[in-house]
This record gives sequence, C-alpha cells and structure tokens, in this order.
Amino acid sequence: MSIFKSSNYLIHQFPKHDIGTPTLKVANLSFRFGSIDALMDISFEVNVGERLAIVGPNGAGKSTLFKIFAGVLKPTQGSVQIYGYEPNGHICIAYVPQRNQVDWSFPVNVADVVMMGRVGKLGPLRWPSHKDWEIVHQSLKFVEMEGFAKRQISELSGGQQQRIFIAQSLAQEAELILMDEPLTGLDLNTQQDIFRILDMLKEKKVTVMIAMHDLKLASERFDRVVLLNKRLIGIGLPQEVFVPENLSVAYGNHLRMLTTKEGILVFEDTCCEEGEHSHA
Amino acid sequence: MLDWFLLPWHYTFMVRALIGAILVGSLCAIVGTYVVLRGMAFFGDALAHAILPGVAIGYLLGDGARQPLFWWAMLAAIISSLGIGAIGKSVKIREDTAIGIIFAGMFALGIALISSVDNYTNDLAHFLFGDVLGISASDLGRISIFGGLIILVVIIFYKEFMVISFDPILATTLRLPVKGLDYLLMVLIAITIVVSLQTVGIALMVAMLITPAATAYLLSRRLPVMMIIASVIASISGVVGLYFSYYANIASGAAIVLSATMIFLFVWGGTILIKLIKEQRHSRII
Repeated sequence: MSIFKSSNYLIHQFPKHDIGTPTLKVANLSFRFGSIDALMDISFEVNVGERLAIVGPNGAGKSTLFKIFAGVLKPTQGSVQIYGYEPNGHICIAYVPQRNQVDWSFPVNVADVVMMGRVGKLGPLRWPSHKDWEIVHQSLKFVEMEGFAKRQISELSGGQQQRIFIAQSLAQEAELILMDEPLTGLDLNTQQDIFRILDMLKEKKVTVMIAMHDLKLASERFDRVVLLNKRLIGIGLPQEVFVPENLSVAYGNHLRMLTTKEGILVFEDTCCEEGEHSHA
Repeated sequence: MLDWFLLPWHYTFMVRALIGAILVGSLCAIVGTYVVLRGMAFFGDALAHAILPGVAIGYLLGDGARQPLFWWAMLAAIISSLGIGAIGKSVKIREDTAIGIIFAGMFALGIALISSVDNYTNDLAHFLFGDVLGISASDLGRISIFGGLIILVVIIFYKEFMVISFDPILATTLRLPVKGLDYLLMVLIAITIVVSLQTVGIALMVAMLITPAATAYLLSRRLPVMMIIASVIASISGVVGLYFSYYANIASGAAIVLSATMIFLFVWGGTILIKLIKEQRHSRII
C-alpha cells in the first residue's frame, strides 16, 4: 500500500493490486551480459510488506537483479512479476541508486528531487499542482527532512542523501522499494535512523529490498535474507541461510569464519571493493 | 563617452547583429544547460561540424541564397544527431571514437564540396566563423520562430528532461519514454545549432552552447535559475563582443566567444577565491 492513497492524481490507471498476490515473483531468471552469466536460474517470492536483504560478494549480480526488477534491464530468460504483472507495466517500483551513482552537484534542491518521483504520475503536459507539492512535503516529513526542502543536494550528509531518495520513492507512491547499498559508508547512528524510517515503511506495508554487504546487519534487521552469487544460494531466515556451507559457496576464500561459543563469527574480506567511496 | 556607446548602433546592420546575438545567445544558453549537465559538449561540437556537408549542398544548389542553405543544414543536422545518437548503441568501438571519426569525415566532405566552387574561401570562412554582421531581417525572423519553438518544447518537457538528465534509472522506473526524450533533446540541440550558425559559425558553436551555461552552473543551484543566468551571460557576451568587434576591428563571432570566455574565467576565478577565503576564515576559527 502506498502511504498516499490518492486516486484522484492517477491519470494512468494501473491495475489494482491483489493483496493475496506476492509483491514480487521471480521464476527461473537468468541474465547474460555478453558472454558472461551475471545471474543464473533464480527463483523466489517476496511478500507484501516484507523487508528483504540481498547479500553477496561484489559482482554477485545484486545491482543487475535490481535493475531487472526496476525494468531497466530485460532478463535473458525467465520471468519477473510484480503483483502479477511485468515490471515495465508498473510505476510502483522505486529504485534508490547507490549514493556514488548520483550527480550531487546537479542544480536541484531537495524538494525538486522528491518532486521528480511525481513525474510519472503527473504525466505529460502537466505541472505539479498544490497537491503534488503537499505530497512532496509529506514525504519529506516522513523521512524527517521537512526543514531541508530548499537545501541544495550537495549540502547533504550521506544519511540525508539516502533519506531524500526514500522520500522520492514515497512521492512516487512506490509499493516496492529497491535500495542499492544504502548503508555503505554510513555510521552506526545514521544506519539506525534509516532503519527507523524503514520500520515505518513496514507499517505502511511497503515492501523493501536492500542490497548490502553487512551480514551482521542483515541477520539482525531483516525478515528474510537472500544469499546471492550469480545463483541463488539461499533464501529464508538469516539463521537458516547464513550457515557455513552457504557462506563458503557464496564467498569462497574471501570470508573468514571462526567458531566461538556464541556461534559462528564471520568476517567478510571487503578489502579493495569498488563502489564503496562516495564522491561527496 | 555616451557617443562611444551609442555610435555602433547608428548602423542598422549593427542593430540587427545585436538582436541576433542576444536571441541566439539566449537560445544556445538554455539548450546548452542540458549539454553541460549531461556532459554532451563533444556531441555538440561534433554535430556542429557534421552539418557542413548539408550547408555545402545548400550553398551549391542555392547559389549562395540563405533560405535553401538553412533547410539543407537543418536536414543534415537532424540526420547527424540521430546518427550520432545511434552510434552509441553499437559495440566494439568506444562512442567518442566513433563520433570523432564520423564528424571529421562529414566535415571533410563539406569542405570538399564547397571547395569545388571558385573563390570559395570567403564563403567557407562565413560558415566556419559566422557572419553576425550580415544578419538580415528575414534571418532574425527565422531565428525568432525556431528559437521560440525550441524554448516552447523545453518548457513543455521541462520536468521530463530534468529527470532523464539527473537520473535515467528513475526515468525508467517512472516509465518515461527515455529513448524518445533523449532523441528529442538531441534534435533540439541540432536545430539550435543550425539556427545559430550565422552568429558564430561551426568552429565556435560549441562555445555558445557550453560557455555561458557552464558559467551559470558555477553560480546557480536550481535549473531554471541556471537557464536564466546562462541567457543573461550569453546576452552580455553578445553586446560586449559586438563593441569589441566594432572598436578593435576583430571578427565578431570570435569577439563574442572571447567575451563569454572572459566572463567564465572571471566567475571561475571568483568562486575559487571565495572558497579560499572561506577556508581561511574557517581555519582561523579553529
């Protein structure tokens, strides 16, 4: 469910979502990039309002998977259904890019970025109305950024940058939000702020999928986790998925495991990762 | 002193040049805002050069008349912009390399065609470096009509162009026709170049597209403001350039571009200076 049920804004009528249908249904999905298999035979389902972590090493295909869900890439094989329909028939999917993929010096302020989420609903030849700005305002309030509307985006901190993109997804009235490594490079407090907002989204029955590296965070703060390395290695509760067999399949030699009294301690070898450093 | 300022405008050709420079400058500045934000400077430069064969055919067929020249240039520009856009999709060769090959080849073809006419050098110079002092009333009419249409399209698709420039993936998830909008923008740039050809010519066209817009980029934080500042800077460059051209007796296209470049360097230097002063104050506080 979107937090703003505002059918009077809808000029494109999208099919009504059946609550019983899973938000996302992936069946035998494969993606080849030239001669490289980026994703192989992936099938799983995500339920309404779930919060799912997609975990895997670099190059595991997390971003590719998200881009297929968002309709940016077409799968080579298999199918993706969002509420029972193909991804590119939908406007209710939001993709929140990695922060270093965004041009933060672009001449727009916070309100402009959030309003961009409304452009699909507005349709051609229409300017934002008072109600659209009201939705922008409400979205910013939801992520506790209402005082920042007129701020230039280059002046924001990492956590604030992340939050305005969540606000943009809300303005888009997204029911499935895909976030690509939103937590990378954020300190613990800022991560907690983001999770507080994600908890509120959960109450609104917004489904959220997050690509990430931190296994500990994934096991503490998510309903279910997906372990991915080109193939689907495991999906389910963190304690079922993050078992040594699966982890060594996913990470090979890049993971150190220590068995202690409290369980298995895992260290991911994340030295020299690309895509970790923000330009800001 | 006042005479010094008023003297150039006693000549009708100077007044027409002034109106032309301001109209073309503002148009290029507004369209150029997207060229700068999307990193399409090389595309713009390539496109300006690639239309020379069209200009040449118009020149050969029309016996030097403006009207056919304009339409042939327009045809060449639209074909080239769509062609250059399509090159990016092919594999193996890097996009900028492919564009470079095509644009240099087209440019050579244009020169080859024009050089088949006796005494072609003077006319070629006008195509390459512009002839703002030769702008006629009907040229101004054409500039106004096409300029007006281009700006109308920019206004109509303002929010869509902003989204595809800022975040193409968002544009896709919003189900905007991203490819179509990309091509539309390229065609707008192409038409802008043709309309502006007479002011600064092919060789300096890219400066009209990017220099005022880049200066405005340093001074503004929102897109509409950037467009307005860019237009103002372009208009000032036009006026200053024409004075420069009149009193120093130098080529007017070059004078306009030099003025724009000076303004850019001045603003750029200023922003660096302000940054340094701020940092110094900051370090003093600490």
